[in-house]
Amino acid sequence: MMEAVTELTWNLSRDVQQLFAYHFMVNAFRAGTVVAVVAAAVGWLMVLRRASFAGHTLAVVSFPGAAGAVWLGISITAGYFAASIAAALVIAMVPGSRGGGTSRESAVIGTVQAFALACGVLFVSLYGGLLDSVTGLLFGSFLGVSDSQVVTLLVVGAGVLAVLAAIGRPLFFASVDPDVASARGVPVRLLGVVFLVLLGTTAAEVSQITGALLVFALLVMPAAAAQQLTARPGWSLALSVLLALLVTWAGLVAAYFSTYPVGFYVTTFGFAAYGLSAAGRSLSEWIGTRGRPGLAPRLAVDR
Amino acid sequence: MTWLVANPFVGAFHMLDHPFLRYAFIAGTCIGLASGLIGYFVVLRSQVFTGDALSHVAFTGSLAALAFGIDLRVGLYGGCVAFALLMAFLGRRASADDTVIGSVFAWVLGLGALFLSIYTTGRSGSGGFSGNAGVSVLFGSIFGLSSGQAITDAILALVVAAAVIVIARPLLFASLDEAVASARGVPVRALAYAFFVLVGITAGEATQAVGALLLLGLLAAPAGAAQRLSPRPFGALWLSAGIAVVSVWVGLSLAYAFPRIPPSFGILSVATAGYLVALLVTWRRDRPGRPGAPAHLEVLS
Repeated sequence: MMEAVTELTWNLSRDVQQLFAYHFMVNAFRAGTVVAVVAAAVGWLMVLRRASFAGHTLAVVSFPGAAGAVWLGISITAGYFAASIAAALVIAMVPGSRGGGTSRESAVIGTVQAFALACGVLFVSLYGGLLDSVTGLLFGSFLGVSDSQVVTLLVVGAGVLAVLAAIGRPLFFASVDPDVASARGVPVRLLGVVFLVLLGTTAAEVSQITGALLVFALLVMPAAAAQQLTARPGWSLALSVLLALLVTWAGLVAAYFSTYPVGFYVTTFGFAAYGLSAAGRSLSEWIGTRGRPGLAPRLAVDR
Repeated sequence: MTWLVANPFVGAFHMLDHPFLRYAFIAGTCIGLASGLIGYFVVLRSQVFTGDALSHVAFTGSLAALAFGIDLRVGLYGGCVAFALLMAFLGRRASADDTVIGSVFAWVLGLGALFLSIYTTGRSGSGGFSGNAGVSVLFGSIFGLSSGQAITDAILALVVAAAVIVIARPLLFASLDEAVASARGVPVRALAYAFFVLVGITAGEATQAVGALLLLGLLAAPAGAAQRLSPRPFGALWLSAGIAVVSVWVGLSLAYAFPRIPPSFGILSVATAGYLVALLVTWRRDRPGRPGAPAHLEVLS
């Protein structure tokens, strides 16, 4: 897969030099950093709102978007964003399609997901013979991130963060207690739609690094880990961003120095972070019940 | 194959001359039957999420088997059935929005990517097939079945279908009202385990027909359509099987007539269209305030 033979040595400065010797790797780090920050911030609210199934669907839809863009010969980045944002608007329009829900709704979601993936296969087949990049689209690839792609990711990511900052306070309120927020005059429904569009945009960004099937690695795992560790919103948000950055960087380094795909490393590190924080929390709770006042209570959201 | 479009009747007549298509039709019909029957109970019991999870496990199980150099189907069926038993054990505690379970599945899929990479790099010198393995597991390779595989798949699928029909009545009772069924002496726990094992085997079968990523559609779409169209449980059960089988037939014919269409897309698009038609047909009936509309079979989850 890689032309040059790269080896991990004990000489740290040489390793870093090796890591950034190629322009594609520098771009991969730039893109990964942008994506990690945006994913952690939006994912944090997504976990809080328990909308992870919607996030999964939006990410799955980005696969036919990208494959269709390849087939039509337009920008693959545009394909990712167009498909995910369109799907977010559709989900926002259909009432009650957010979660598993009743048996009939879950049949709809399952059908839509499978059909979206089937469309992706059709586009790949129509384009003809790009079997290698199919796995890239599904499981992530950091090779060949262009300069313009980094700029696009940065601009869109900054836009998402700006909107999130602008609506952050009412959105947090509406996520924690929708009934009280709506009674206080917060436009809960409108905020939900805006959030879904932000989620779609973010899912499209993350798909470009982790692949359409593994977005959970950056969207859910860091946020879930951070919410295990601290109950204070500001701290857990910051911690979530930090964990996402660490997971992404570690994943890129590991993938560079080995032959295995970046998607595997990112999910594994993300899952390890989540597992460790859940174990740490159980441990501290166990100690806490033995006489000492434990951690602050979990940031609980009743829906 | 252009003459085929000009004269579809002659084309359909000659279609089954090709052995690979005959095998695809034999296996596909039986797999469609099994998927439609068990899929009805998957939707009725609100277990679509289990189907989603099984598609991850089917992929990782198959590629783990390939990476370790054993038969693909050992990993596929082994993984699916083991996982289905786990879901039966967890019972209703497992739900779609659960962060823990979602994270575990993402990681399982990441492992699948690792096995794919081990398998691909392990035999990069031995020809073009290995690069295809991941794609054919993900999206199915029903046109690539050998006669032996087709017969095995067909027999296994028929056994599953027969088992579903045998336990259909008590399973329906247990799915609709677990408490009452249990009080009447229906072995609810044992039925749940049997159901999940059958789902696991069907997922393995469907992986070979439409691929790991799309098996959810074959389980959910015909059953969802049937559930909307028929308020009677057994009518819906058979309707679901019928829609699934017809989807397979039409999808395979489409893929044969238009070589650029992958068979799994053909099957899935017919199944989805069926669901869409069912949605439109029942749209008016579903509007509130219309007297005389037949009551829907609704199950509280």
